Amino acid sequence: MDRHWRSFKWAAWLGWQIESNWTEPWLFSIYSVIKPVAGAFILVLMYVVFAVVGKMEFTSPQGLARFNFIYVGNAFFIFVGNTLFGTFQVIQADREWYQTLRYVYISPISYYTYIVGRAATKVAIATFAVLITLGFGVAFLNIQLDMGLEEVPAFLAALVLGALTLVGIGVSLASLSFLTARHVRGLAEGVPGIFYLFCGVLFPLSVLPDWGQALGKAIPLTYWFDIIRRILMPQSMLDLTASTTMESFGLGEVLLLLLVSATLFFFLSVGLFRLMEWLARRSGKLDMTTAY
Amino acid sequence: MTTTVNPLSLNLRAAWGRAYVRIVGANREPSWIFFDGILPLLGIAAYVFIYEGFFRGITGPGVSEALNALVGFVVLGGVMIAFWMNVLWSMASQLYWEKEMGNLQLYMMAPMSRMALLGGMAIGGIFMTSVRALVTLLAGIYVFGVHFQLASPFLLIAVFFVTLIALYGMGMMFASLYLLWGREAYHMSSLLEEPIFLVSGFYFPIGAFQRPEIGTWGRAVAIGGSVIPATLGLDALRQLLFPGSTQQFQFLDVQTELMILVVLAVVFLILARRTLRYFEMLAKREGRLTSRHQ
Repeated sequence: MDRHWRSFKWAAWLGWQIESNWTEPWLFSIYSVIKPVAGAFILVLMYVVFAVVGKMEFTSPQGLARFNFIYVGNAFFIFVGNTLFGTFQVIQADREWYQTLRYVYISPISYYTYIVGRAATKVAIATFAVLITLGFGVAFLNIQLDMGLEEVPAFLAALVLGALTLVGIGVSLASLSFLTARHVRGLAEGVPGIFYLFCGVLFPLSVLPDWGQALGKAIPLTYWFDIIRRILMPQSMLDLTASTTMESFGLGEVLLLLLVSATLFFFLSVGLFRLMEWLARRSGKLDMTTAY
Repeated sequence: MTTTVNPLSLNLRAAWGRAYVRIVGANREPSWIFFDGILPLLGIAAYVFIYEGFFRGITGPGVSEALNALVGFVVLGGVMIAFWMNVLWSMASQLYWEKEMGNLQLYMMAPMSRMALLGGMAIGGIFMTSVRALVTLLAGIYVFGVHFQLASPFLLIAVFFVTLIALYGMGMMFASLYLLWGREAYHMSSLLEEPIFLVSGFYFPIGAFQRPEIGTWGRAVAIGGSVIPATLGLDALRQLLFPGSTQQFQFLDVQTELMILVVLAVVFLILARRTLRYFEMLAKREGRLTSRHQ
């Protein structure tokens, strides 16, 4: 246990240094804010285009509810993108960019826990970005949030379980990069793309065709986004948006489902990590470079 | 014995040599077609579904044409994103990575022009990226059912290639700039993703910035964003492939955009040559040319 804690602690510290010590703190703060705000503005502009073309009233209750739905989903998607990229890139970064994988690998740590530690930094930065995005939306874009004090424990539980599920998915996929060339960027664009598309991040699940809805319901993150919205958005606004098809699930059921998912993905990630690590060692790919 | 080599032939061979590594490297590692060609499609599909979701239940004259155009805009944006990502991560950042891997000093000692090296890098990059761009375009036509209206094929080809030259010229200029930087280079490339997706209008017509709903600053953003060749190139391609669908979001006409793109291409190539020389000299003077992991 001590070895895992030590690995986690120093990996998180290393991750933080890599992320932040290349510049001054003020510049790093601006850098951390610009990306999520730009992402939010892309949606604003898309919505403006839709409102103009579709001749929709931008400030009607339906229009505001729809925009609120999109904005909150997009803000929390920052967690997904950051956590997944944070885990995907560790092996490739160490192996090909910094060429330090060999040294880290032979040190007396758990390499699995090391990846989780490195990802933890990204989760921390994502938390900051989500807060900034939500704050920006409330201050400038008429975004309405409504969370009672009694809902805070459920919100925190959902947040932690969602993050654990994401780390499990992330490490499972990161293990693949033991064997693949420098494809992290494609993986980082594509896998979050699946979640962006099928987890009801930006539109209610009922918009998707039947097969898409079925796929979405098989991904635990769909429930995560739903529960976050239920807690954060005013009920009056939720009533004005199309059906998410998950109204029948209660808060407790969703939290239990997230707990089961986090546990399952943890075991899956450990299994895949060991298998891929073994295969990479056997085929001599553990320290390859492919950055042509 | 001294051998005289024709400089043109030497530089062409150097450019081909650098391009060859990427082309052959790509063929030896075919898994990249899945990771770099197919997987990113899912991200684009998400943006397509945003528009589909917006328009769900809305009927009326011209709605399906408008939706077709907007989905087409996203698909073309996806094509341009492929090139922009390649410019950022495989052009601009490449000399930095070469420095980290220890290849840069070998390039510097070789007798060819550095521009030939960057040119070869660009050709190899365009080859690799064209596959992803083509996959995106085909997905747009066959999966998302986008109907393009090709009115001026020659103008379209001219706009596309001038945009690519300007874009890669910009990448060559950035490459020399990144030569001076250490780990800032990685973060700079990362910073030039979402904000550039926004100001270049990769997922929406750039003219949307001029709408009164956005405010007076919108036009300034659109003009500023035009420095990135992808902005005007994309707008011109959209106007050529979806004539009549972009009038509400007109920014500049195609001929003006093409002219500006030509100017940008020339300026970026000249600047790339100058900055490369200057930053190489500066990097040598400050002892950063071979310094790694800083």
